[in-house]
Amino acid sequence: MRLLIIEDEPDMLQGLAKAMREEGYAVDTAADGEEGLYKAQSWDYDALILDAMLPRLDGWTVLSKLRASKKTPVLMLTARDTSKDRVRGLDAGADDYVVKPFDLPELLARLRALIRRSAGITRNIIELGELRIDTAARSVSHGLVVIELTAREYSLVEYLALHRGEVVTRTTLYEHLFDEDDSTLSNLLDVHVSNIRKKLGHDFITTRRGHGYSVE
Amino acid sequence: MNFLRSIRWRLQLWHGVILLTVLLGFGVTAYRLEEANEWRRVDAELRQRLQAVHDSLRRPPPGPPPEEEPPPRGFPDLPRQGHPETPPPPRSFRIIPDRASLFASETNGFYYILWLRDGRELTRSGGAPRDCPAPERSHQLRPGSTARLRGSVREAYDFTPPGECLLVGRSVAVEQASLSQLALGFVALGGTVLALGLAGGSGLAARAIRPIDDISAAATRIATGDLSRRIDTTETDNELGRLAVVLNSAFSRLEAAAHQQSQFAADASHELRTPVSVILTQTQLALSRDRDTAEYRATLEACQRSAQRMRRLIDSLLTLARMDAGQEPMKMEPLDLEVVIQEALPLIEPLASDRGIQIHTQIVSIQCHGNAERLTQLLINLLGNAVAHHNKPGTGEVRITLAADDRMATLTIADNGPGIAVEHLSKIFERFYRVDVSRTAATGGSGLGLSMVKAIVDAHGGQVIVHSNPIPGATQGSQVIVQLPL
Repeated sequence: MRLLIIEDEPDMLQGLAKAMREEGYAVDTAADGEEGLYKAQSWDYDALILDAMLPRLDGWTVLSKLRASKKTPVLMLTARDTSKDRVRGLDAGADDYVVKPFDLPELLARLRALIRRSAGITRNIIELGELRIDTAARSVSHGLVVIELTAREYSLVEYLALHRGEVVTRTTLYEHLFDEDDSTLSNLLDVHVSNIRKKLGHDFITTRRGHGYSVE
Repeated sequence: MNFLRSIRWRLQLWHGVILLTVLLGFGVTAYRLEEANEWRRVDAELRQRLQAVHDSLRRPPPGPPPEEEPPPRGFPDLPRQGHPETPPPPRSFRIIPDRASLFASETNGFYYILWLRDGRELTRSGGAPRDCPAPERSHQLRPGSTARLRGSVREAYDFTPPGECLLVGRSVAVEQASLSQLALGFVALGGTVLALGLAGGSGLAARAIRPIDDISAAATRIATGDLSRRIDTTETDNELGRLAVVLNSAFSRLEAAAHQQSQFAADASHELRTPVSVILTQTQLALSRDRDTAEYRATLEACQRSAQRMRRLIDSLLTLARMDAGQEPMKMEPLDLEVVIQEALPLIEPLASDRGIQIHTQIVSIQCHGNAERLTQLLINLLGNAVAHHNKPGTGEVRITLAADDRMATLTIADNGPGIAVEHLSKIFERFYRVDVSRTAATGGSGLGLSMVKAIVDAHGGQVIVHSNPIPGATQGSQVIVQLPL
């Protein structure tokens, strides 16, 4: 899962980015509205965390311009808490609205829910045959046995599970699992896929040669 | 007696008292005039007859009085020796025939009685009341006849020079009855007029008071409820309309003040939200798992930055609030503005040299009254703005000019920075107003700097003006002019 955080307060941006990365997200950041809009338009992020008060281009403008081309789920983050401001944010196309100051766990839960909803899933448990993927606990279990996965392996499994039945290209996977600061080579993807197959069984991920991977 | 405090009842009471006094005055005067008129007419008739009686007296020729006549006992103050020329008392009396009709009892109720000077009754007409007392002799001292009212009888009497008493009277029951009727009429009329007047007055008072009641009710509704409502002022051309207009304008100011107050509170809490959320996010993140020292350190540093930002904000808010409330009257003392500027410069120079901005000064020694601490704050806020918002590091300049005429010191801080767009210029002194909506720590502003500048200048009785040219070119930049009275 790859996120974009657009926030102008450096300590806030740094804290949020770190928290999201620790949650296994790939995180890009932008410190003003113009940069944020450019990035949001150039990539298919899984979600956007958008501050309302931004230099150059405010959050509402970013949102309305983005909505012209993208359906990226957007969580608006703002210090404005009047009902008028909430209405304005939601009307501009925000999918959720969180008022500062917020609790980090709540923000993370809302973000998960946002990403699930955008994938058409309403529960935080995804069941694939005998496998259970708990998106809140970020764990995969087989029956009662919890299978140990690294954060990146888990992200790969979760992404494929959220798009089950679809063929996910290598490029897409790469884009959603690594952020702009990652200089990882793309063949690392094969290493992750192979490790997952060792842990969850070889048939868990199907390779569509020339297209990508899929999970049934 | 609470109702007596109401203006309406007091008006009514005054109205009633005045009306009653006027009616009583008119009524009593009219009655008295009519009564006097009536008695004058009756008295004229009586005097005419008194004269007739007088003319009818027949006296014996002057000479020694008969022996058998005893000396008068009743009037020792008139000894006969003292008045030898006094005519003798009349012997006989009969009304002169051609005047007899004056006493014809069937046409009128006139009667007469004649007393001799010793008090004996000489004669009386038929119809004269039995119990009629002789008038007191002392009345003789007054010249002419005298009239008296005895029950329902009016009598005129006179004393002849020798001392006989002549009295003519008649019943005035008819006149009295008509006077009573007149009085009754007056009372009835007066009562009616009073009642009508009171009712009319009451109606008028109610009419006059109703708009006041309406206004006061509307004002109460507004004051206790929705400040955005206004009193209806369709009739603005009278005193009450003007009152309503005055009240409305008071409500407008109140509403604006209340709005400003709540906006200020909202802005202040909004300003505090960002640093609080930084602290919350950073600490929750740090505590979510074990970290190494460097990470904890970074978290603490972020928290410290936010806490300092909150402290600056709270300091500014408190200063502004104190200046608003006038709780902290500024200590004004004689100072030299040049010294204040020289002392403030070192505080801003590190930031200026960091950003590659030159500060030029052209200042002279100017003595004035002021608060050095606040004026330093004013300089730091203005210079801080000029330096921090400067977009031409390296070629940036800030010029400080201080000059004075005989009543004003003029401090000008000019920069060749980005300038301020016209749409912002009128609002930059508003609290929490920012030209750039961003609230980053980079510009560091709380949005209160210029508000404080304005408050400080106001407290010194001066004024602050900003000129700005945001269009790139040779004259781009801002110019803040602070004028302080000497």
